[in-house]
Amino acid sequence: MTPVVSAKGLGLTYRTRESEVVALSDVDLDIGKGDFVSFIGPSGCGKTTFLRVIADLEQPTSGSITVNGLTPEEARLKRAYGYVFQAPALLPWRTIAHNIALPLEVMGIPRAEQQARIARTLALVNLEGFADRFPWQLSGGMQQRASIARALAFDADLLLMDEPFGALDEIVRDHLNAELLKLWAATGKTICFVTHSIPEAVYLSTRIVVMSPRPGRVIDVIDSDLPAERPLDIRETPEFLRLAARVRDGLRAGHSYEES
Amino acid sequence: MAHGKTRGSGSLGPILIVLGALLVLWYVAALGMNWDRQAGLYQRTGVPMPPVTQVVGDLLNMDKPMLPAPHQVATEVWKTTVEQAVTSRRSLVYHGWATLSATLLGFVIGTALGIGLAVLIVHNDAADRSMLPWIIASQTVPILAIAPMLIVVLNAIGIEGLLPKALISAYLSFFPVVVGMVKGFRSPEPILLDLMRTYSAARAQVFAKLRWPMAMPYLFASMKVGIAASLVGAIVGELPAGGAGLGARLLAGSYYGQTVQIWAALVVAAVMSGTLVMLVGLGERWVTARMGARPA
Repeated sequence: MTPVVSAKGLGLTYRTRESEVVALSDVDLDIGKGDFVSFIGPSGCGKTTFLRVIADLEQPTSGSITVNGLTPEEARLKRAYGYVFQAPALLPWRTIAHNIALPLEVMGIPRAEQQARIARTLALVNLEGFADRFPWQLSGGMQQRASIARALAFDADLLLMDEPFGALDEIVRDHLNAELLKLWAATGKTICFVTHSIPEAVYLSTRIVVMSPRPGRVIDVIDSDLPAERPLDIRETPEFLRLAARVRDGLRAGHSYEES
Repeated sequence: MAHGKTRGSGSLGPILIVLGALLVLWYVAALGMNWDRQAGLYQRTGVPMPPVTQVVGDLLNMDKPMLPAPHQVATEVWKTTVEQAVTSRRSLVYHGWATLSATLLGFVIGTALGIGLAVLIVHNDAADRSMLPWIIASQTVPILAIAPMLIVVLNAIGIEGLLPKALISAYLSFFPVVVGMVKGFRSPEPILLDLMRTYSAARAQVFAKLRWPMAMPYLFASMKVGIAASLVGAIVGELPAGGAGLGARLLAGSYYGQTVQIWAALVVAAVMSGTLVMLVGLGERWVTARMGARPA
């Protein structure tokens, strides 16, 4: 089976007039269908950059990457992925339903079909009854759920999420993490998830990619042996803590490497 | 509700106080500025200096005062609007409409031109680099110098009446719209442009669904400046042409030293300008409400 995302020797260097910043260097990674992969590391480690390269929002300067066996640009033109940004990025003049309709309008999906998909995705993120509200009438957590619904609306098999819960408080975040796992189980999508929270990464993922900054590179790829069914209190089990410790060790190793 | 009421009456009070102060100032200024002329009049006619109360009365009711008193202007406005048939050349409604129609036509042309240029500038690198300096240069040309030439040239090729005036209005009003809309079309944050890119949206779609709605506040701010400039343009366009219009009325008034007539035309122009800006503001409120704005 071809991997959904396959990167080989991938590098990205930002060149400004005065200096060069190596955002990614020599990243090899395969992401299989149905995986939930978290990218974790301190800021500047290139985790967001890697996600943006998959999405064809940034161009790599070396190495190669395929998405569904295509170049990122071809994949983007085929609308192969949904992207959830750090901020909800909802259009303030559109209701929640109309915000979810935005990609559907762009992609030319018939109006009746749009209505059906809006209703279905609103149900997936538990926002039924908020269709006609404007974004400012919703809490931050609900806005981010609406933006997830929008990314799900056009049924791409790949979901790219860039610290979607980073700006939310911990209680809301726990809740949304549990919901996201359910959603992943229900839809069977491949999810790439950027975070800087160790518990979040361990709780959600089937694989955890630990990255380190300057230059951004992969330190460790950890396959999780946690069961598919994950209640929130799994985070107190020894298996969970062992995984979290390994992630933390990886992050620390990357850090000491930088300082040596 | 109670809150809205207090706010309404709260803003009316200060406005009335300022208005009252301005009127008092105006009367005082009229007394001072008309004194020389009135004193000369007493001297020429050989009348002995009358008592102060009558001097004041005379100063505020001269035929051709240097500065007419507010009540004189008000009376003139009343006589030339309500008490005149609107078809009469003595009616300020007749002249006002001539100016207003040119203003509105010019405003529509100017706004459309401004939006069109902004679209071009935002979507075309060459236009972006080459056009803005020319657009700015266009506004450094003194309109008072250009207007008569434009009117004469257009008359010579058979274009008369409304259109030449409207073109001068358009010339003045397109500028704030270009500048505002370029900024407005560029106001979407990078994250929203990225979002549209992840959908592989075409440029026309990005424009219609993101840039245009995002630019609405800029459009209305620009149109408020633009419509006021448009009125100025129409009046300037009427100065050399004569005929109908508040500008022609101003010019005729200054030829014959009819200061009351000049001030009446000025007041009508000011009221018209204020009303137009207010109407744009109402349009803005209507659009923002439809765009789901959070009530302030």
